[in-house]
Amino acid sequence: MKPHLDLLDADLVRRVLDEAFTILGGTGARVQSEAARTLLTSRGAPADGEVIRFPEALIREALATAPRSFALYDRAGHPAVRYGEGVVQFDPGSSCVHVLDPDTGQHRESRSADLVRLVQVAEQLPAYSAQSTAMVCADVPEGIGDLYRLFLVLWHSDRPVVTGAFTAASTGAMLDLLAAESGSREAMSSRPRAIFDVCPSPPLHWSDFAADSLLLLAAARVPAEIVSVPLAGATAPVTLAGAVVQHAAEVLVGITIHQLAGPGAPLVWGGAPAIFDMRTGGAPMGAIETAMLDAACAQVGKSLGLPTHGYLCGGDAKLVDAQAGMETAFAALVGVLSGIDMISGAGMLDFLACHSVEKLVLDAEAIEMAKRFGRGIEPVGDSLAADLFSRIGLSGEFLKLKETRARFRDEQYLPGPVIDRGSLRHWEEGGREDAFARARRRVAELVAAYRRPDLGAERERALLEVVRREAARVGLTSLPGI
Amino acid sequence: MTDPLFAAMRQSVIDGDPDTVERLAQEALARGVDPLDAINLGFVPGIHFVGEQFGRGEMFLPDLVMGGEAMKIAVAILEPEMRRRGTARETLGVVVLGTVKGDIHEIGKTLVMTMLSASGFQVHDLGVDVAPERFVAKAREVNADLVGLSALLTTTMPGQRLVIEALDREGLRPRVKVMVGGAPVSHAWAETIGADGYGEDAAAAVTLARRLVGRPVA
Repeated sequence: MKPHLDLLDADLVRRVLDEAFTILGGTGARVQSEAARTLLTSRGAPADGEVIRFPEALIREALATAPRSFALYDRAGHPAVRYGEGVVQFDPGSSCVHVLDPDTGQHRESRSADLVRLVQVAEQLPAYSAQSTAMVCADVPEGIGDLYRLFLVLWHSDRPVVTGAFTAASTGAMLDLLAAESGSREAMSSRPRAIFDVCPSPPLHWSDFAADSLLLLAAARVPAEIVSVPLAGATAPVTLAGAVVQHAAEVLVGITIHQLAGPGAPLVWGGAPAIFDMRTGGAPMGAIETAMLDAACAQVGKSLGLPTHGYLCGGDAKLVDAQAGMETAFAALVGVLSGIDMISGAGMLDFLACHSVEKLVLDAEAIEMAKRFGRGIEPVGDSLAADLFSRIGLSGEFLKLKETRARFRDEQYLPGPVIDRGSLRHWEEGGREDAFARARRRVAELVAAYRRPDLGAERERALLEVVRREAARVGLTSLPGI
Repeated sequence: MTDPLFAAMRQSVIDGDPDTVERLAQEALARGVDPLDAINLGFVPGIHFVGEQFGRGEMFLPDLVMGGEAMKIAVAILEPEMRRRGTARETLGVVVLGTVKGDIHEIGKTLVMTMLSASGFQVHDLGVDVAPERFVAKAREVNADLVGLSALLTTTMPGQRLVIEALDREGLRPRVKVMVGGAPVSHAWAETIGADGYGEDAAAAVTLARRLVGRPVA
């Protein structure tokens, strides 16, 4: 059996959805986008100004057309990320504004070169099935910041990308870029390379930008990840169960807008819920309750048969220290056991404001260990041990058995060089390095080993054409990071 | 047509596949291949590869142990023919190896044996729980250059000193060099008991052994 975590019993899942429908049908939700409101009211949803009330039947109709599974494709056209098929996958956290400078230990503003370095390292870590547009680059004008970071990831990676736009207008430009990458609009839709995170504002507010982005993505049939971000105790009920209800209601609004605009367009029941810290007013992403919220929200999505997403493995520590390790390890295990399809957040510190490539490398180990846990303990062969003993008696010569050699790689996850399992002496002679020091060395090795993928001249030209067009619009003359 | 045979021999050790090793060794005999060539050009490159990959963390203990077992099988099959031809493997030196009395831990010592054999030493493995007089007798019998002493426990470590004292008493030292290893053992301990050297792991043991016999790694 595969170990599995269900935090909510079936009755509680039903109550969560019942209350979400009750809220949406009674209190309703604020939908700022006129286009989205028009779509909703044309389908019979009552409006009171910007507040729309959602008949349950309309939401159910949208749920019925939402796909149960779909894939993101790598550059070679292989389905490298699968949503809704029971595979837990991870990608680095998104949209930090700082990096932890490994040389100075300072949190400084993130720049193009930092994003490129992160992409180069993530590209070589099997723990990450997708890249993300991980950083906001301070050396790129804000007006094209979202497009430009997607461009940098596409330029340096073959993998699928979890991304997102800063404005509805730039969603359009980013779709142009993805079409250039894929070769055509049709290819972009049939074999999507990227998924867009779209976030409602808690509580139950779909901004112009967020709702319009959903409409654009639905029309382009490029996957949308609806990432609701309730803060339990501040912008959402303080009880975890209450926050899960609000999360469900916010995502259901998104699904309804999205599926009415483009029935069958791919979407994900996503989330980045957190508790609200009553001492500091922060949103601790590394809190165990935050992980519980992610698990519960995903469980509700799965009960509807939808692909799921969560935000875990980013934390609140300021350094890559014991707290950071603890936050990732708890979260990775909870995420894997909850069967969440895509988990974003690895590498991040300081409430997701800061990225550390070194942490990304260490987090990959926690993720691989959690994945190992998720595979559980299975019998191998007809006999568990008795057969081996009948052959070698009490000699203890298990290392000489061909079964040992054949099976140990499946039975044991073999950690990378950042995990120290050597002798004390070896460690002392190696300079008494801590995990962060080992991660720094590993990052340097990976950066040195990185080879940029061959995009082909035609694709490069097409990408540059879109980027130069957008760069000219904001007066950016040189292209950093390439 | 010998090259593909040698390549297959190398691979059979890398695969740690005793059946194939045996078949290839027999095939070499049947074809009249010089058994020395079969070992040095066929099987040894395989265990070298495994040792090197192990050192880099690309291969693992089961690979090393099974490769070592495969080597033993090959040598056992080819040795009678070598003796018949009056040839012998050129060795870097003769090593007597064992875990000291009172200690039954075998794995570390076996790894050192595998790596030393692979590197060209002739190794006589006395096994575990070996009394000092057995080390002395074997060292004399095979005219050993080196004696390797393994101990995994702090309580059995002093046994290494007893062997050194016995070798001293019997007048075998300083001609016979002593190297020590094992989890609790250190450079400082080696010095304290008058050993000639200490190796942290199997790879370090090879470096040390080569230095002690005056054939350091270039």
